[in-house]
Amino acid sequence: MSLSFTNQLIDLMAALLLLIAFAMLSQRRILRLIHLFAAQGLVLAVNTFIVAYAIARPELYISALITLVLKVIVLPWLLHRLIDRLNVRWDVETLINIPTTLLVGIVVVIIAFNLALPISHLAGTITRSTLGIAMASVLLSFLMMITRRKAVPQVIGFLAMENGLFFAATSATYGMPMVVELGIGLDVLVATFIFGIFFFQIRETFDSLDIHHLEKLKDK
Amino acid sequence: MNPGYFVSQLLQTLLAVFLAPLMLGWVNQCRAWLQNKSGPGLLQPYRLLLKLFLKDAVIAHNASWLFRLAPYVVFSGMVLAVSIVPVLATDLPFSPAADVIALVGLFATARVFMALAGMDIGTAFGSMGARREMLVASLAEPALLMVFFTPALISQSTALTTIVEALGHRELTLYPSMAFAAVAFLMVLLAENARIPVDNPATHLELTMIHEAMILEYSARHLALMEWAHAIKLMTYISIGIALFVPWGIAQAGDWAMMPLSVGVLIVKLALAGAGLAGLEMVSAKMRIFRVPEFLGMAFLLAVLGMLTHFLLEVNPT
Amino acid sequence: MSGTQLLPSIYLVAAVPLFWIAVGLIGLAHQTQRAEHARLYFPLGAAGGLVLAMAAYPALSGEVHAIVLPLGLPDLPFHLRLDHLSAFFLILLGAVSAGISLYAGDYFALSRYGNVRLICLQYHLFLASMAFVLLADDAYLFMVAWESMALASYFLVTTDHEVDEIRRAGFLYLIVAHIGAIAILLCFGTLQLGQWNYTFDAMRGNTLATGWAAVAFLLALVGYGAKAGFLPVHIWLPEAHPAAPSPVSALMSGVMLKTAIYGLLRVTFDLLHQQIWWWGVAALTLGLLTALFGVMFAAVQTDMKRLLAYSSIENIGIILAGTGLAILFHSYNMNVLAALALSATLFHCINHALFKSLLFLTTGSVMHATSHRSLGKLGGLIRSMPWVAAIALIGTLAIAGLPPLNGFASEWMLFQAFLLTPNLPNTYLNMLVPVGTAAFALAVALAGYVMVKFYGIVFLGLPREPLAHAHDAGLMERAGLLWLALWCVVLGVLPVFAVSALDPLVHALTEGSLQESMRKSSWLFLTASSPEKASYGPLLFLLGIVLVWLATFLLVRRFYHGRVRRADPWDCGFAGLNARMQDSAEGFGQPIKQIFEPFFRLERSHPSPFDARPAYFSRIDDRFWYWVYVPVIRLTETLSALVGWLHQGRIHVYLIYSFATLLVLLLLIQ
Repeated sequence: MSLSFTNQLIDLMAALLLLIAFAMLSQRRILRLIHLFAAQGLVLAVNTFIVAYAIARPELYISALITLVLKVIVLPWLLHRLIDRLNVRWDVETLINIPTTLLVGIVVVIIAFNLALPISHLAGTITRSTLGIAMASVLLSFLMMITRRKAVPQVIGFLAMENGLFFAATSATYGMPMVVELGIGLDVLVATFIFGIFFFQIRETFDSLDIHHLEKLKDK
Repeated sequence: MNPGYFVSQLLQTLLAVFLAPLMLGWVNQCRAWLQNKSGPGLLQPYRLLLKLFLKDAVIAHNASWLFRLAPYVVFSGMVLAVSIVPVLATDLPFSPAADVIALVGLFATARVFMALAGMDIGTAFGSMGARREMLVASLAEPALLMVFFTPALISQSTALTTIVEALGHRELTLYPSMAFAAVAFLMVLLAENARIPVDNPATHLELTMIHEAMILEYSARHLALMEWAHAIKLMTYISIGIALFVPWGIAQAGDWAMMPLSVGVLIVKLALAGAGLAGLEMVSAKMRIFRVPEFLGMAFLLAVLGMLTHFLLEVNPT
Repeated sequence: MSGTQLLPSIYLVAAVPLFWIAVGLIGLAHQTQRAEHARLYFPLGAAGGLVLAMAAYPALSGEVHAIVLPLGLPDLPFHLRLDHLSAFFLILLGAVSAGISLYAGDYFALSRYGNVRLICLQYHLFLASMAFVLLADDAYLFMVAWESMALASYFLVTTDHEVDEIRRAGFLYLIVAHIGAIAILLCFGTLQLGQWNYTFDAMRGNTLATGWAAVAFLLALVGYGAKAGFLPVHIWLPEAHPAAPSPVSALMSGVMLKTAIYGLLRVTFDLLHQQIWWWGVAALTLGLLTALFGVMFAAVQTDMKRLLAYSSIENIGIILAGTGLAILFHSYNMNVLAALALSATLFHCINHALFKSLLFLTTGSVMHATSHRSLGKLGGLIRSMPWVAAIALIGTLAIAGLPPLNGFASEWMLFQAFLLTPNLPNTYLNMLVPVGTAAFALAVALAGYVMVKFYGIVFLGLPREPLAHAHDAGLMERAGLLWLALWCVVLGVLPVFAVSALDPLVHALTEGSLQESMRKSSWLFLTASSPEKASYGPLLFLLGIVLVWLATFLLVRRFYHGRVRRADPWDCGFAGLNARMQDSAEGFGQPIKQIFEPFFRLERSHPSPFDARPAYFSRIDDRFWYWVYVPVIRLTETLSALVGWLHQGRIHVYLIYSFATLLVLLLLIQ
């Protein structure tokens, strides 16, 4: 039993997405994290494009274009500018060491895959087998947010989580209504600006972007 | 089994053994060109081997019989390995002797003998090389096994012949799990064959050596056999990669009509692979020894992820 | 010759342990020179072992025989039964102990401590009690034999009782053995279902409710695990095995651990004939964790016998994992796959018995020759002990799981069994088991690391301390070692014979059989389900390597030359190289210590530049001791203190206790 060629391509894109999510989990350098995030956006855009072509829905083409512009060009450029001005090009530190993080990642993936199996039987799209991968990417980005010490990788984890959610939407329900999508896009853009401002404030106050300094704000 | 099969087997073994130094020469030549140098020529490894065979073997006073035996065992192991992998043709007489698991075991045997030979003389360099090599091996070997298990699950078999036939002679299918396995295999190839970013094959600094430190004490014909075995190992690994991930063009044993095409396709694939390897070495830098476990851990987990993806995406296709 | 004229082999098999007891008793009484004594009685024991193996072999595929001895309790005489499972483990006991006893003849002749007559008695009683454990067909004989096994081995472990550490190790061993024995007793109690009939036949006939069956399985896991060395009741193994004299360590590691596996298999597959899937998962997980634990700790040891003891823990973990797989497949009625997993497990049992005993015996020779046990003082023994070194190389290659020897053959079969798990109906299991395969592959690869460390530091390189008086092993020692090494090679190169001999046993336990797949392939190739899917031909491997080696050797000599010159080793321009610059045992294990640091409990003190006498101290402890045992010890002490309050020390109080008890009894009888 072989799948049609578009199905295979979609599966391949899903696998690439998971690969990139794992690679982000194990990356040490912030610049490479941004490049991986841009690559993830590209994979998303290509995937949306393929789905649009396969089921012939024109609004998905626009969705793909928005993803391309926003996530491959604008956001990485913003992040680049941010780390340039913050001067944070050094190695990323993690709470637990990288091999253990990857092991936890594998367990998370197994759980996500198993959770997705019954749901994917219910969905009616051609991409339902990739729902498990979408959930896995969301959970992995969440894991990335948890295990990082500095602020900038946490933001990238947040944005990657949004990528995973977008992929889940594409695979389960053929994308979201255009209004919702534009709204989310705007939210993400604004969030990035606000994060940038926050980071400057944090750096002013604590002279470092290490998150655990924020604990000093607690009332004693 | 008709005699044609045995002739194919012999042809493949001899071709692989005698062309392996050429492969190494090609990789070095590509590296030189990428660095804007003119390079020593494609036949340099052959000249090196000839020079080494002609020399007298200089052996330490306290070397034991294990030291003198090890190069032969390593060389024989590699020759056996390249006879088992379907390089030119599948269904060779030797292929039922080993499946992928036994192939990994064969590499392990050769490696253990090399490590023991490194420890035999009793210098700091030999034991350091042995320790580092066994460290890399104890992480790379499970990763390699997991990489092999993904195509084994797809073709429901661990025999290389069956895997190649299942992957190569079916219609073109993109397997995402094989994408993971391919990335992991590349990482393991770099680690096991002592290439950058894991180990620098051209280094002269003892403290940066892994593979070279183990064979530091060897000279003349023993060193020639070790170097030749190293070249054959690289060739075997690349052939395994080709057989698993780009298997189109491998003939059936005894199928003489396909053989010239098979040889031609093989040469093209090997050339591309060698150039790719040289390019990869150019853009990477050698890692610290304690980053290597993370690198191999990543390969290991990617391979496991490939197997998991297989279950999700390929077992019950929608 | 008709069947009735031949005595069933059970009589011959049961006679051997009686013969051993006789040898032990006569040896105790016979007063003579140490060397004469040892060289007479231990080879007799070896002969007994051989007879046992040969007598039990026909029973591996033949009928089941049971007899009743007129000893034991009035309503529960000793039942003996020779079926396929017992026959296999009896062959293991006989064959391996033959080699060990032969070695022990020379070993105890030359050793300096311990009363050789007592050792002879304890040793042969140990062997006899193990045989009776394997033959027992009722709970009473089983427990009597089990306890005598524990006691005899305790006395053997504490042979050199002058040393504090050895006494402590023996005490710990005794305690954990008894915790296990209690669990086994409770397990038998659960199995007899309130009928008060403790024969195994009656237990076989009982069908337990799911809850009680689970309780019985868990009790068996804990009870037999305490003897086999599963996590977390493994704590005695790394202490007791090094403390014992080497032949005893070999017997304990090689054979005694397998009697525990026998017990587990007997209870799970024979007495509890239907299993539940989560038992298999529990056994598989515990087995893999044990294996990884064992190999990680083995990698950082500095004492060669402790290294081998932790390696035993690793292999027992692998055997438990294989058993778990067999249980898992059997519970889903996938019987052919269960047969594969069980064959692999049993094959690994006998392989481990062979190569582990071999390695422990070689450490015995090394200790006799150099009187050192610590890896930090050994080195370069390949030159002064050529026979031992060559045989130890075979043992090392076997235990590291390298083709074409026997360790690899059983691990290959186990990999095949792991790979076939995707056919399971449960999707969580489908995805979890590949992770288990990964853990197994990691354990196997790390075992290679550990064994290169062992062989390289002991036999290769230069001696780290002066070992001028090192000499090779004696004649009987060599004979014993060669016997074990020979079987390592034979089982490795011709595994198909071993697997087909196991087939009736596996069929009896799982109703599945590998006959089909064996028939499709030939005696040369080991195969799992069919030769197209997987095949491994170790004989071709060996022949291939030998042929290419000979061809290369001759061709190089023909076309070039074979001249050799001797010179100093490469010293990188630094003139003062000495033996202390090689890797120490700690140094060789340092990468593993660094990578897997969270799993160890390290106590270290580094020298500082300001110390008058700089010293480096490092100790690696087992976390389980602090997590499990120390709290239990503290609780016991608190409870004892509370109960100890009853002892007031004054006579009036004790008289009041007696008076109160009398009153209560009088009131009750009313």
